[in-house]
Amino acid sequence: MITQVFSKKNRALLSELVRTDFKLRYQDSILGYLWSLLRPLFMFVILYLIFARVLKSGGGIPHFPVYLLLGIVLWNFFVEMTTQSLGSIVGRGDLIRKIHIPRWLIVFSSSIAALINLGLNLIVVLFFMTLNHVQPLDTAVLLPLIIFEVYILALGLSLFLSAAFVKFRDVIYIWEVVLQAGFYATPILYALSFIPNVTIQKILLLNPMAQAIQDARYSIITHSPLVITTWRIFNGGWYVLIPFAVVIFVLFFGLTYFRKESKYFAENI
Amino acid sequence: MASDKSSVIKVEHLNKLFKLPTEKTNSIKSAVVNFYRTKKTYNIQKALHDVSFTVEEGEFFGIVGKNGSGKSTLLKILAGIYAPTQGLVKVEGQLTPFIELGVGFNPELTGRENVYLNGALLGFSRKEMQEMYQDIVDFAELEMFMDQKLKNYSSGMQVRLAFSIAIRARSDILILDEVLAVGDIEFQQKCYDYFNELKYRGQTVVLVTHDMSAVRRFCGRALLLDKGKVVEIGDPDTIAREYEIINLRNAEKYLNKEDKDPKYHDRDGNREAEIIEVETFSPKSNKVQKTFFANEEKIGVRITFLAHQDIASPSLGFIFRNSAKATVFATNNHIKKVKTKDLKKGQKLVLECLIDNVFTNDKYTITCAIESTDFAIIYDRIEDVATFILSGHDLAHALVHPPHDFIVREGKG
Repeated sequence: MITQVFSKKNRALLSELVRTDFKLRYQDSILGYLWSLLRPLFMFVILYLIFARVLKSGGGIPHFPVYLLLGIVLWNFFVEMTTQSLGSIVGRGDLIRKIHIPRWLIVFSSSIAALINLGLNLIVVLFFMTLNHVQPLDTAVLLPLIIFEVYILALGLSLFLSAAFVKFRDVIYIWEVVLQAGFYATPILYALSFIPNVTIQKILLLNPMAQAIQDARYSIITHSPLVITTWRIFNGGWYVLIPFAVVIFVLFFGLTYFRKESKYFAENI
Repeated sequence: MASDKSSVIKVEHLNKLFKLPTEKTNSIKSAVVNFYRTKKTYNIQKALHDVSFTVEEGEFFGIVGKNGSGKSTLLKILAGIYAPTQGLVKVEGQLTPFIELGVGFNPELTGRENVYLNGALLGFSRKEMQEMYQDIVDFAELEMFMDQKLKNYSSGMQVRLAFSIAIRARSDILILDEVLAVGDIEFQQKCYDYFNELKYRGQTVVLVTHDMSAVRRFCGRALLLDKGKVVEIGDPDTIAREYEIINLRNAEKYLNKEDKDPKYHDRDGNREAEIIEVETFSPKSNKVQKTFFANEEKIGVRITFLAHQDIASPSLGFIFRNSAKATVFATNNHIKKVKTKDLKKGQKLVLECLIDNVFTNDKYTITCAIESTDFAIIYDRIEDVATFILSGHDLAHALVHPPHDFIVREGKG
């Protein structure tokens, strides 16, 4: 199954699709690929000025600007991957109507493009970590696993959204609203300790994005007790498994829905 | 080498339905609204109805049919683009569909980048593409333009590039759709050469086309679809003839509606005598009116005149014009040395001619006239009436194809 999925033919096509995505994205821009690095760079400057200097919303968390940046980078990856995948099937309608290529390959190629961008953003994060004298932590080895978790969550959603978008064009507007709400429901710009009610803290952390962002901050930036993670708040209880269960459910649901709908993409687009 | 020919495509009792929403339901609001409505807001269109056939290994198989007969739907099901509603579709081996040339071409990418992208869609790795890149460019004759964006190419250049890539495709079964519909004569020749090569190579090909001469030339067998049903599967000559008959029936329906009434045509003359009817007929079937003729049939022309005054020996004549307005045939009673009688007021005259069908496939009109003996006075003259269609010839690029011998012998010396 897996060998068929990643057959030579599919890999060649995938790399060509990703290449095209990247070429077209920075089409006619003078700095081109550099924008992939410049965007998080400028974002950091803005975050630093507003949240670390003016608002001082750090609540004593060490290396707060980098802490913020990492959260934003992960969240942006999630947003970029889901929104780009959402339109990917409809956007490639000309291909789907005319040639039989595995449909998931199209969603997969947008996800790879987002993943590459995440890689570039993480380089910027690393750069500011060194600049901020963040001490290297042995928990950093967990970061790839955390990114994998976010990726799987976003992939499940992407599969569902892209297939649903073929039938219902409202999906894009609904998803925008969900992302807006998600941005504030996830402790990205604020420290979770700002919320006085512990129950609400717990509920917010059941969201896999919140859990993943907090875990990522814990694993590479600081072990300061102010960084609230699921492991800490639930004291190792079985509740910690809920975010992972959500991720697995979303992937399974997305895959099933996509497989069911993909047969009719060509006629419905 | 496979000793026995085995079927590589097997289609059994294939049905395909399309739900066509009367109002397009792709917003959630309408889906919700419609959910509570008992009345369905879509029409069901049956695109394919109980289609069964097989294609054998190494066969050049044609699928023909009018627009909307379901042939493209059938092709898309074979290619795995559409899912069948009912029935069985079995395809053995790898299949490359060219539903269209240049699939995935992006106008914002350069020619070079598009070659690689299109190649990947046809199943080539980047390395394989690098190896054949130069051949592709040479064949397309576009060396100078490869680093320009595709949007700056002419449509002819785009087709050339797409075709050069397409012919590299190697898979067990090739599916070609309407490839012949684009391009000029020179390009069509390239297509034909490619088809010949495929045939010679023993490649399994499914060709979907309107072009009956291509079907006759290349296909071993063909399938005729009409309104989603298989009319016949058989040798290309039979199929091509059937196809033309179906086409002509339709054309005839359409012709019968228009140009019955001489009022709508350019008309000249003092009307001392009048042309009251112009029609074509079949000499075989009891001289019934007929507006399409197959290649072996004679064309009957009947013109009825009515004199409003006494007229001395009128001159009668008519010409055929083809769709390009070229006169391909002309005759009159002087040329044929037929002397006409004097006409009394109120008397009718009928002219009947039987003409050997030496013309080629086209739409023709009759222009006819009744004039005084010396052609000095035009009594009545009507331009381009009684349209009729000729079909069934293999060639369409010459005006006439008179009976002739064709002898090839060895020269001396």
